[in-house]
Amino acid sequence: MRARVWGCRGSLASPGPETIRYGGNTSCVEVRLADGTLIVLDAGTGIRPFGLSLDPERDKTIHLFLSHLHLDHLEGLGFFSSLWRPDVDLHIWGPPSPLRSLEQRIARYLSPPLFPVHLSDIPSHPKFHDVPDGEFPLGSAIIRAQPISHRGPTVGYRIMEGGRSIAYLPDHEPALGVDLNDMEPEWISGHGVAEGADVLFHDAQYTPDEYDARVGWGHSSVEHVVTFGLVSAVKQLVMFHHDPLHTDPELEALVARATELWGTNGSSPLLAHEGMIVDLEPVAAVEEIQTRLQQ
Amino acid sequence: MEKTQQRNLVLILARELAANSATPMFVVDPEGTLVFFNEPAEQVLGRSFAETGALGAKEWGTLFAPLDREGSPIPVDDLPLTKAMRDLVPGHMEMKITGLDDERRMIAVTAFPLFARANEFVGALAIFWEEGSRGQG
Repeated sequence: MRARVWGCRGSLASPGPETIRYGGNTSCVEVRLADGTLIVLDAGTGIRPFGLSLDPERDKTIHLFLSHLHLDHLEGLGFFSSLWRPDVDLHIWGPPSPLRSLEQRIARYLSPPLFPVHLSDIPSHPKFHDVPDGEFPLGSAIIRAQPISHRGPTVGYRIMEGGRSIAYLPDHEPALGVDLNDMEPEWISGHGVAEGADVLFHDAQYTPDEYDARVGWGHSSVEHVVTFGLVSAVKQLVMFHHDPLHTDPELEALVARATELWGTNGSSPLLAHEGMIVDLEPVAAVEEIQTRLQQ
Repeated sequence: MEKTQQRNLVLILARELAANSATPMFVVDPEGTLVFFNEPAEQVLGRSFAETGALGAKEWGTLFAPLDREGSPIPVDDLPLTKAMRDLVPGHMEMKITGLDDERRMIAVTAFPLFARANEFVGALAIFWEEGSRGQG
C-alpha cells in the first residue's frame, strides 16, 4: 500500500512563497493498494494535480472517499480530470445525512450558480455511496469508517491491507469538552479508527492559543493531536490540515513542539507535505525479508 | 493489538454534553447499561459515578427506589428511561427517589432515545430536575 499526499492545507488553499515547503493545496491523499485499486481521500484542491498524474489507460476505476463535505474537502472535485471522462468508473463515498442523499448534498456545490455545470450533466456520471458505519472490503483492503467529532456529518477512515494500516482523520476535534488524558479510549472520538495504525494523518491545525479562541470549530491543537496519537498508540503521526495562516517556519515550530511532547514514544511526528509518500509493505513480506536476512 | 470497542459518536457526544452540563443527566447505552451520570446528577443521587461505575438496567431501575406522588413504587417498565429504551419514544414523569445517600428527593425526569443514523438506536439520555431547583417550575 502506498499513500501520496497531494494536498494537506486546511480550510483554504494557500499557495505562495510562505507555504512552499508544505504546500497550499487543500486535502487530498492518493492511496494505491497492492492489487492496483485506486483510492482517493478527499477532493480538496490537491485533487487537480493528482488527476493530471493519472494514466488514462490504467486508472479507469477510482474510489473517492470524502471525510465530509466542507468546501476545502470538496472544492477540487469539479477540476478533477477523471470527473470529465465518460470511460471512468468513479465511485464517491461520503458520510450519510438523515435528510439529503450524498448526491443531493454535493450537487448543492456542483450546480449553478456556484458551478457552471450541474452534477447530473457530468460525463463520468459518478456513483454515490453512503459510507457504511463499520468495516467493508474494497479491492485487497478492508476499509473501516466511523463517524468522528467535527462540525456536521464527518467520518474517519482506516485502510487496512497486508497487516498494515493508514488512518485518516483530517478534521477532528476529539478534545471537545473532555480531557483526553482522563478518558477511557472507547469514549474518545476516532479512537476506533486510529488505534494502533502504522500511519495516522490527523488534524493538527492550531497552537494552544489559537485553539482556545476556536473551541468547537472542529479542529485540534498540537497538544491534542499528540495526546490522541499516544493514546491511540499509532506508530507514525503525520500532522495534517495545516492552518492557512501558518507559514512554513510556523509549521516547523509546531512540529518541534509536537516532537517535544511525543518524547521517546517511537518515531517523532512529521508534518505532511505535498509529495510526501508513505510506503507500507505487507507485514508478511517484511517478515519474509527479515527471515532471509537472518539466514 | 487488541481492538477497543469504540462507542458510537452520538453516545460520546451525549456523554460530553452531560459532562459539561450543570443539569443532572444519565447516559444509557443501547443495552440499557447506565454508562455515565454527571456531577450534578451525583448531587441528586447521592453517589458519584466513580463510586458506582456502570450499572445494568435492573440495577439502576431499582437502585433509587422510585415512587409516585402517592408513594407507590413505580415499576421499572414505567420509568421514562425504560420507555425511551424499549419504545424508542420520549418519556416524562415526576417521582420521588431515595438517593444513595438515603435522602428522599422529588424529581422530574425527561428521557429520550438517541439515534445516530435513521433507525440506528445508540442509547438514551435522561435529564432530571430536583423539585425547587432552577428550571423546575
